[in-house]
Amino acid sequence: MKSALPILTVVFAVLVAWYAAAALMNASLQRDAYANAERIDYSTQDLIADSLNMERPKLPAPHQVVSELYKLVLATAPTSKRSLVYHGAITLEETLIGFLIGAALGIGLAVIIVSMRWLERSMMPWIIASQTVPIIALAPMIVVILNQFNITGVAPKAAIAAYLSFFPITVGMVKGFRSPDPLMLDLMRTYSATRAQTFLKLRAPASAPFFFASMKIGAAAAVVGAIVAELTKSEDGGLGARLLEGSYYGQTVQIWTALFVGAALSAALVGLIGFLGRTTERRMWFVP
Amino acid sequence: MNGRRLAERVADLLPPLAFGLAVLAIWEVGVRLLHVPMIILPTPSAIVARFLTSIPTLAADFWQTIKGVLIGYAIGCAAGVAVAVLVDRSGFLKRGLLPLGNLVSALPIVGVAPIMVMWFGFDWPSKAAVVVVMTFFPMLVNTVAGLASAGAMEQDLMKTYGADYWQALIALRLPSALPFIFNALKINTTLAMIGAIVAEDFGTPIVGMGFRISAEVGHLGIDMVWATIGVAAVTGSLFYAIIAGVERRVTFWHASYRAKEA
Repeated sequence: MKSALPILTVVFAVLVAWYAAAALMNASLQRDAYANAERIDYSTQDLIADSLNMERPKLPAPHQVVSELYKLVLATAPTSKRSLVYHGAITLEETLIGFLIGAALGIGLAVIIVSMRWLERSMMPWIIASQTVPIIALAPMIVVILNQFNITGVAPKAAIAAYLSFFPITVGMVKGFRSPDPLMLDLMRTYSATRAQTFLKLRAPASAPFFFASMKIGAAAAVVGAIVAELTKSEDGGLGARLLEGSYYGQTVQIWTALFVGAALSAALVGLIGFLGRTTERRMWFVP
Repeated sequence: MNGRRLAERVADLLPPLAFGLAVLAIWEVGVRLLHVPMIILPTPSAIVARFLTSIPTLAADFWQTIKGVLIGYAIGCAAGVAVAVLVDRSGFLKRGLLPLGNLVSALPIVGVAPIMVMWFGFDWPSKAAVVVVMTFFPMLVNTVAGLASAGAMEQDLMKTYGADYWQALIALRLPSALPFIFNALKINTTLAMIGAIVAEDFGTPIVGMGFRISAEVGHLGIDMVWATIGVAAVTGSLFYAIIAGVERRVTFWHASYRAKEA
């Protein structure tokens, strides 16, 4: 809790800077609005106050985003197509399905890779290289390909979320299964443990910290994947669709609210995994 | 010595090379035998053919996208290091900024793309702006961690030399932060490519790799999509490889490289 005050200070500074930026960026728009309304007797105070409450500002002020968030999250029925709970739930569903598939495949591939040396030597460079590739470029194509097989709705987006979370999880878990000390591996050999026993009793438990670290990266990647996938088919809804609509119609407040819900979603997932990780690692004596 | 190392490197390269060729061969033969329609999965040979006939288009897309990537990357990374050095003097600011920086690094920042397109227009500056936002936070967090990594012994030595803050920063703490900075530089190569390509979905002057992919998907020119993805993949890997190469040159003293030499 020692860092609560510094964090609050920084957040406060960000808010102040945000208000200042909003006033500065919107002022010229607001001046044009005054000119159109043939109003010339406005004071600087009027200008600032009105710049912070425009309907379609260049940069919405924080209180506008908050009130829109309140309206669309709490004051709208979750079943309504305007509700951000509705769209957030769509994105969350795609993210979770994709993340679980990606995690299962990633861990599975990591197990296969560490148990077969020739596979590691031939595949690992490709898996690492694939991390440097902007995988997201594939997203629109995957949606189209799956459409050819009449797979629509949640599945194509979950597939992209899975694809994006898959690689970091594989790489992290291979590192994790590799993390035991050579001394400990030798000890297992002196016990004449089989490969399966070594894996279950030493490699798997030793990989726990890597597991949670790569799950966090994978979950964050899955959220990005789901949102980007939604950009290709906006009629299905979701936070990405709200972003795209907002940018078509110049609804900046809508973009910012969708962005905040996406950020909250990602932060909640990563936070939950972090909490589970800390609890587990404490139980397993990784941290005192 | 040199000859043996060359032989070793070739031996290291052989298995992945064989694996890659096998995948391509299975892809080509499988698609032909199963008569998979072109719009689902074109053969590698068709993609190469398409690549060779559309080099001018692909080159124009490449230059358009790479402008946003490189300029955004340079500004974002430089700003990250600069802010880290400034913040580093104040423990209070550091405790406040670090958790927030870590949080922001995990957020889907690509979402700022539509905002940046509104602010900076359709051309490359808006893509560079997205890249700046995406690359800034990983660099900030890593550099702050790196600046804290210099050992207490070395810091004491600096003090006995009577070095002031800036001398100690330049002679000791920035060099010892370099492995961390390079780590962020490497992570950021991928983020920069992703940011620029996704930002092109929100509006471009009809050129650029992200635009090409979504446009060609629209009228089912899947071979062109694959050719563009190939260019993006090679670009991303090269970008990463260049940074990794520079890292090896600059931080040759670091344990992870010394171990390999021995």
